[in-house]
Amino acid sequence: MPSFSLVHLEFLGWAAMWTLGLSAIAFIGGGLVGFAVALMRISSVHWVRYAAIAYIQVVQGTPLLILLFLIYFGIAIVGFQEVPAIIAAGIGLTIYSSGFLAEIWRGCLQSVPKTQWEAAECLALTPWQRMTRVILPQAMRIATPPTVGFLVQIVKNTSLASVVGFVELAQAGKLINNSIFEPFTVFMVVAAIYFAICFPLSTWSRRLERKLNVSRR
Amino acid sequence: MSAVVKLSNVHKSFGTNKVLDGVSFEVGRGEVAAVIGQSGSGKSTALRCINALETIDGGTIDVCGHAVHDAKLDRRSLRRDVGIVFQSYNLFPHLTAEQNIMLAPSCVKKVSKSEARDLAHDVLRRVGLAEKAGHFPEQLSGGQQQRVAIARSLAMQPKLMLFDEVTSALDPQLTGEVLKVMEDLARGGMTMILVTHEMAFARKVASQVVYMHKGKVWETGPGSMLDSPKTAELADFVGSGL
Repeated sequence: MPSFSLVHLEFLGWAAMWTLGLSAIAFIGGGLVGFAVALMRISSVHWVRYAAIAYIQVVQGTPLLILLFLIYFGIAIVGFQEVPAIIAAGIGLTIYSSGFLAEIWRGCLQSVPKTQWEAAECLALTPWQRMTRVILPQAMRIATPPTVGFLVQIVKNTSLASVVGFVELAQAGKLINNSIFEPFTVFMVVAAIYFAICFPLSTWSRRLERKLNVSRR
Repeated sequence: MSAVVKLSNVHKSFGTNKVLDGVSFEVGRGEVAAVIGQSGSGKSTALRCINALETIDGGTIDVCGHAVHDAKLDRRSLRRDVGIVFQSYNLFPHLTAEQNIMLAPSCVKKVSKSEARDLAHDVLRRVGLAEKAGHFPEQLSGGQQQRVAIARSLAMQPKLMLFDEVTSALDPQLTGEVLKVMEDLARGGMTMILVTHEMAFARKVASQVVYMHKGKVWETGPGSMLDSPKTAELADFVGSGL
């Protein structure tokens, strides 16, 4: 039986690119949907607000694994056979991250003092101008550290995409192990790669937090 | 003299707490009205209602031709005519003094950037802070921040300015510099309504003093009414203020 070699490492490196790609899809897609939901969550219209709360609760209360199954088989039931795994995984992770980012960003938007919203309103700014010129620049400072922190969660959770047949880092590790049966070696390498991706992110998040806290005083 | 602001029998409750209980008063063009009273007398709420920051439960409020009590009120057009300055300044912390002032003219009135900058420098000069244009709010003292906030309102060339306890967070010296700016404005003919605890300032600058007590206008008259109160409550209030 062959043992762990450069070929395997190369395969893992290729799979890690897919992990990064899937993370990017989840973050961008989840960010767009999540931002919309965050805005809905602070809307003054009751039903809009409750719809957002319901969405967040359902998404946060569903295991990502189940979410991925539902999407993968759900799309098939609706009539699209042969769903590419990346689409199913991309949609599942987008929904998952949107539920959490919405709640993180809702908190950040609301932590901009109410008096700032009032002051902008009293200067006759439109709701859009108020959001883009006054609230968002302040909320984004507050939002950056927890958002980067959540990025780490996204990267790690892409490993669940293997259940719908998507070959990313974790799935690649499983495949290699199936052929050479050196679980400890293989998964140590896999873990090391995950760590190499996540560690800089969480360090960056901590640094941002320190920096932004200092300048806010 | 035509009334710029007219409140008639205004009612407002927060839950079961009746804050305004039939408030009526008028302020004419170029007049300075000082609204005084104990904390909780409803004076700040009355001011916020004038700018539609609070909705009212009953009565009418007319401000510069806008029916503020009307559900179909165009709030943005009301706020182009009415400037407000708050106790806590509420400058935008991510913008410099100059940018704070330029924001509304360029967003709302669509004036060009260079015009907006000229305007900002002009109003900053009027509040005596021309040299602080590039400073961020946190680099300014409380009194300077409040003067920038006044300048920010002025830049929109409002027909009416509201001041909500604008000196309450300041020490006596800084209070003085802010009051001086307000006095200059009053002398320049600006119509102003101020909620204030500065009795001396009210006596000196106000053309009309409105004393509120328990959500009602208890007594109203010229500044000199503070020297000869007709009601026991105002006598008590003025007495305790000395």
